[in-house]
This record gives sequence, C-alpha cells and structure tokens, in this order.
Amino acid sequence: MNNVTVSNTVRFILLLLVQVMLCNNINFLGYINPYIYIIFIFLFPIRENRALFLLLSFMLGLLVDMFSDSGGVHAAASVVLAYARPILLKTSFGMLYEHHSIKFSTTEIGSLITYVTFGTLLHHLVLFSLEIFNISSILLILQKTLFSSIFTIILSILIIILFSRNKK
Amino acid sequence: MQQIFNFVIKNKTFLLFLLLLGIALSLTIQSHSYHRSKFINSANGLTGGVYSLSNSFDQYFDLKDENKLLSEENKRLREQLLNSSQNLDSSYIDTKYSETKYRVTIANVYKNSYSLTNNILTINKGKNDSIKQDFGVITSKGIVGIIDNTSNNYATVLSILSKTSRINAKLKSTRHIGSLKWNTDNPEFVQLEDVSKFAPVKVGDTIETGGESSIFPQGIGIGTIASFEIDITGDTYNIEVKLFNDMTNIGTVYILENLDSSEIKALQDSSNE
Repeated sequence: MNNVTVSNTVRFILLLLVQVMLCNNINFLGYINPYIYIIFIFLFPIRENRALFLLLSFMLGLLVDMFSDSGGVHAAASVVLAYARPILLKTSFGMLYEHHSIKFSTTEIGSLITYVTFGTLLHHLVLFSLEIFNISSILLILQKTLFSSIFTIILSILIIILFSRNKK
Repeated sequence: MQQIFNFVIKNKTFLLFLLLLGIALSLTIQSHSYHRSKFINSANGLTGGVYSLSNSFDQYFDLKDENKLLSEENKRLREQLLNSSQNLDSSYIDTKYSETKYRVTIANVYKNSYSLTNNILTINKGKNDSIKQDFGVITSKGIVGIIDNTSNNYATVLSILSKTSRINAKLKSTRHIGSLKWNTDNPEFVQLEDVSKFAPVKVGDTIETGGESSIFPQGIGIGTIASFEIDITGDTYNIEVKLFNDMTNIGTVYILENLDSSEIKALQDSSNE
C-alpha cells in the first residue's frame, strides 16, 4: 500500500515536470505537442478510491493548466478521462477488468494499445474543443486532436513499456 | 430527506465528477475573456520557480543570438545618435519639458508559447519591480504584448498572438490607423483591420504602433505589409502583416510604463461622463 502511494506520487511529479518543461516546448511542425501526463491517469491503481482518483486527475490537469496558462482545459479533459476510465478498461480488457485482476505490467500489448488509444483520443478531443472553443473551427479541432494523439499514443506506450514492464 | 441522502451517497462519484468538470469549465470560459483567470496563471511562486530553474540552463544556449541582437540594437541607436540633428548642448535643455515619459524595465522571458489560440509569456519581473497590469512589452525589434497578471516576482504577458488582443496600429507613411488582431493561423503573421480604403497601402510598407492608446508610445515597429485585400463591405482594407519579431524566439524584453497614463485615463474618464 505504502509502496503504491510513493510510486504514484513520484509518477505524478515526474510526469508534470517532464510535461511542462519538455513536452510543452516541442511544437513539432508548429503546433503538435504530446501530452504525456495522462499516463498517470492510465496507470492509476484500479482498486483505489474513485473519488480520490477524480480529485488527483483534476489536480494534475489544473497544475498543467497553471504552467501553460490555459484556463481549465487540461483539468476538464483529465477529469473526463478519469471518469470514463472504467468504460475504457471494460472495452479494452474485458473479463480481466470484471475480475479486478489487471496488472499493467503483464497485460497483453494489444489490449494496452487499445486502452491508451481510446483514452488519448477522448482526452485530446475534449482538450482541443475547449481550447479552441469555437464550433466553426471543428476541422482544426479534429486535425489537432488527430496529430497530437498520434504523438501522445506512441510516446505513452513506449514510456509504459519502458518503465512499468520491467518487473516481469 | 433520507432519499436525498441516499441519492447523494449512491451517486457521489458522478456528483464529484460534475463538480470538478464545472470548476474546470468555468475556469476555461473565464480564460476566454480579455482579463484572464486570477488564480490559474503562471505568474505565481511555484510555476515561476520551476521556470526560472529551467531558464537558468536554457539561457546559455541562446547567448550567441542574444549578443547579436544587442549589438544590432546598439548599432541602430548609435546611428540615430550620430545622425540626429538636434543640438545636444545641455544648456538648452529645459528640464520642465524633458521629463521622461516612459520608464523602461528589462526582463527575461521564462516561458513563451505560440501554438495555442491565446498565447501567454511569463517574465521574471513583477510587483516588486513596480510592474502592473496593462504595461506594454517590446523587444528591440518590435512589440510583444501587454502585461496581464502580476505576482511579487513574475508577470504574465498577453501576447499579440492572441484571439482577444486588440492593438492600435498605423501605417508609418500616412498615419492611417487600424486595429491589430490575430487569426490564430501562423505565428509569423498578424492581421490589421479597419484601415480606411483611402489609405495608400503598398506591399512592404511598415506598420507601427499608433500612439492612440496609452500603453505603447507612438512609432514602435510591428511589421511589414505582406499582402492586403478590400473587406467584404468594401470600405476598409484587411492587411496581412509580417512581424519584425520572431515570436517563437524571444529572450529579453523591455517593459514600458507610461508615466502619464493615469493622467490620460482620468482625462478620458472625465470627458466620457
């Protein structure tokens, strides 16, 4: 239990710092940035209190907002992702989730990719809709969602495989 | 009553979700108005501290460019000084009329953004350096933006690359005025609107600040005309302006305080009544 708290606290702080100091400044092709801090939301222990999970996701989003002066867009997108996580888990892992026996370090890579892909697309769609906040720019929203998602998905999966699959 | 409690307990996750989403959305909506959120901005001790740490490493990589910029500016200023026809004999200067109108402060940019729809810079000067809201921010080449929020040691700058910014600008050659906006497409170009169709607009002409607002002095450079077209109504030009500044690479900025701004504001308020 204690170990879980420590590792999640470290993950929270590290992902936040990497996000605001590195990933927000990439601007690949002018506007494409990965938002890897959502790995925290993906990897948060499943059996923990959901209220705590929602609050922590909100805090993480709000801190990213604070660093990038974006009002509350990251907070909103993170809370939506955190709330929708059980549905995503059920669609990607099926029976494993029903039995509460998912371990991200041992699951199949295919299920993991599905889970991260759907989660990232949802998060980025909410994020860019709120950031641009203009329904007439729907094409711009979709374009930014698509390109940033590709970037985020690749980086997230690499990071998850690198850092949490080593305990096999 | 019992049922209400049961309802709250049964749906407590959903209610918490709605509450948090509501807070986030209200912050978002607030951030789309001109004066942004007072609480969630990067002009506070925590974010400023982190950015100052990363900036202390970054600075070394830009030293060469910064040096080049400074020597270019020095050259320009020296040319102005040598070529000025004014008599600089101190005995002619009447101190009463030569009071300084603008106070200039130097600041380093800690955080810059240019890929969002509302871009904000964070700089390392704040209330302790007498920086307040609505001061103008420029570089040696041209304008950057306007001070928005301040904390004790840091301030945020609302960049000209922002949907909500409106800056008064004019053609250098003829003094026809317009207002400067950004259509969020490209950080190298901004748009000048509402320029009278009687103005002689030519590609390559210089656009500078208009001096109608008390924020920027007259004649700070903005950019050159890249292309222009007549508005749909047929009365005004819409001009595409290429910025002098490379907004993606800003290191050192100057903050301008108009020492007469309170007097100008009081005068305008009294004539509005």
